[in-house]
Amino acid sequence: MQKRLGVVFVLIISLLLVQGAFAGGQQEKGSDVQGDAVEFTWWTLTGGGGAEDPRINLREEIIADYIEEHPNVKIDHVPLENEAFKQKVQVAIQAGDPPDLFHSWGGGVMIEYAEAGMLTEITERVKNDFSNRIGMGALGVYGYDGKYYGVPYDMGAVGMWYNKAIFNEAGVEIPETWPELLDVVQKIDDAGYIPIALGAGDRWPAHFWWVYLAMRMGGQEAFNAAYSGSGSFADEPFVAAGEKLLELKALDPFQEGYLGADQNQQAALMGNGKAAMELMGQWAPPTQEANSDDGEGLGDDLGWFSFPSVPGGAGSLDDVMGGGNGYVVGKDAPEEAIDFLSFVLQKEYNQRMIKSDGIIPVVEGAEEALKGENMQKIANTVANADYFQLYYDQFLPPAVGETVKDAVVNLLAEQASPAEAAQMIQDSWEMEQ
Amino acid sequence: MNTRIDSQKAHIKLKESLMIIMLVAPALIIFTTFVVIPVIQAGYYSFFKWKGLGPLNDFRGIENFIRAFNHPVFITALMNNLKIVFLSLFLQLPTAFLLALLIGRKGFFGSMVFRGLYFFPYVLAEIVVGIIWKFIYDPQYGIPTFFARLIKGGDIQIGLLGNLDYAFTAIFIVIFWKYIGFHMILYIAGLQGVPKELEDAAVIDGANKFQVVLYVIIPSMWSAIIISVFLSVIGSFNVFDIVWAMGQGGPVHSTETLVTYLYNFGFKRFAFGYGSAIAIIIFFLCLIFNIFYQKYVVAEK
Repeated sequence: MQKRLGVVFVLIISLLLVQGAFAGGQQEKGSDVQGDAVEFTWWTLTGGGGAEDPRINLREEIIADYIEEHPNVKIDHVPLENEAFKQKVQVAIQAGDPPDLFHSWGGGVMIEYAEAGMLTEITERVKNDFSNRIGMGALGVYGYDGKYYGVPYDMGAVGMWYNKAIFNEAGVEIPETWPELLDVVQKIDDAGYIPIALGAGDRWPAHFWWVYLAMRMGGQEAFNAAYSGSGSFADEPFVAAGEKLLELKALDPFQEGYLGADQNQQAALMGNGKAAMELMGQWAPPTQEANSDDGEGLGDDLGWFSFPSVPGGAGSLDDVMGGGNGYVVGKDAPEEAIDFLSFVLQKEYNQRMIKSDGIIPVVEGAEEALKGENMQKIANTVANADYFQLYYDQFLPPAVGETVKDAVVNLLAEQASPAEAAQMIQDSWEMEQ
Repeated sequence: MNTRIDSQKAHIKLKESLMIIMLVAPALIIFTTFVVIPVIQAGYYSFFKWKGLGPLNDFRGIENFIRAFNHPVFITALMNNLKIVFLSLFLQLPTAFLLALLIGRKGFFGSMVFRGLYFFPYVLAEIVVGIIWKFIYDPQYGIPTFFARLIKGGDIQIGLLGNLDYAFTAIFIVIFWKYIGFHMILYIAGLQGVPKELEDAAVIDGANKFQVVLYVIIPSMWSAIIISVFLSVIGSFNVFDIVWAMGQGGPVHSTETLVTYLYNFGFKRFAFGYGSAIAIIIFFLCLIFNIFYQKYVVAEK
């Protein structure tokens, strides 16, 4: 009997030990340096396409090329699907064990990681190396307070996508100012089409409208003032942005039920030629194609123009809101990981990512490989931007980003006035300080 | 001699208790690791302002709980859950009971077909149901739009999920449709335990059909009803997937439930302390209901 009791105890104890071993294994991982041999981890995003994913293949190839030059380096490449990545990285960060090089969209979430001490600052490298090939506007998405933690490989802009055929039928030109846009909306409505497709159920497509209006009204100064605390998100330009949005809403430009629609429904209206315009990022064409009935979208009928300027506003037509993808450096990363990041960001690979990832490249000269007038326009717009604003919902701390999206939808649903919506954002901003 | 028997008895006793320990241990260890410890952890986190990163050092007492009950969206979420409980108990379960009475007995031609039809939605994953119904409610191609055009003609569009006044009702219809078959099956199982002789005796005594149901059938299948009510209430407090798939609690938080609220205001905003407080509130709501129900309803039986 004693013996059996003993067996049970041994079992329990060994169970605990095994558990302990797993926990220990987690902490010991990372860069273990053995003589000259260096090993580091690289977490990337896949397209979710399975085994023959062109994104994975390209990255494996880059690794092989790098190792050929640096045989002492071993790179542990972990390709992950979008949602799986977000969860896995969250867990790794909470455990205090971030990967050495990993995917990031920059902005507020990256800042949270940096402030928790989970990232390596690479400011020197950015200034001496990356800035020679990549514009400071795009790099700025991966920095704050003058410190940089990563580098983008993709940077696009949100802009107006429009259906040229509908514009022709309604007899309208591309609007360059807000009053012109309102006029275009009216004429397209008269022609029997939905002027603007909007998936406000997902909230972020709606927040694009308000943020662009705020940028056109207040320019970079208004945002910097609010961000630094010398001003506020309840200041006049942000309230005016809400008022302008309500001017548009008064024309009833969106499809029926837009408050409950998601981004795919928005894309379907464009792809099927039912709606004339949408405000969306560089990924709009493939999304429209995927959601259209014939799977082909609008083809050559799809055009792109910058968000119109607002008369009387402080912002310029060249100010751009956008965002993209990049990599940041984890806290325990060896020097080689940063060197490898520099290797990844060369023109050739960046050009090949256009096809494999569907990106707008950031490395100087890589944009030559972009196909189609719309993509060229977006790349030029990003390159020429003096003020490049990452989407608010990514740039601001997550709690504030969510509140911005809520506030804009509240505004559209007439549950908040422009002043109340702006105040909601300011309140949530103050809570985060 | 006596001592030998005693030691044998003790031996058997020890053997038995060891057996119990060994049989209970796996479940107990798993339950403790994955339920008890996380609940205690969440209870601890709920007193802090914490982003889920870095150390827990910003102790705020019960501030998170006060904030929740002062937040209009939280109140909306709580009220939505209570509405779901109320509508389930007084609309869904009686309907399920009526269906069970109609098709639960053998002999009715096609009863198996109807059972299958009503039960079918329960077999589908909740997220799938949500996505299917999102298509059904689509303002451009959906069924409400189709009928509106059929009746009124013209280019009408009905966007229920985008309408603050109708979105909750539209989602409740889906919940109703999804779970009614499950409760119907519970009642059918209960019905089969009702002795036919009892009913016959009641009829001979002059009871009409309504009285037979009220005084014979319902009391005889009380245990099925108790289980069904319990599962329905607890399920109502945990509604998430369907609401999430159909609109993430929107438009403007009008269809938010406690769990979608927890996700939107805890996870999405990196407010893990606050999210834990919400989780604790949900936990206690379920616990209080459970204790009350065990004590006054189950024990009563």
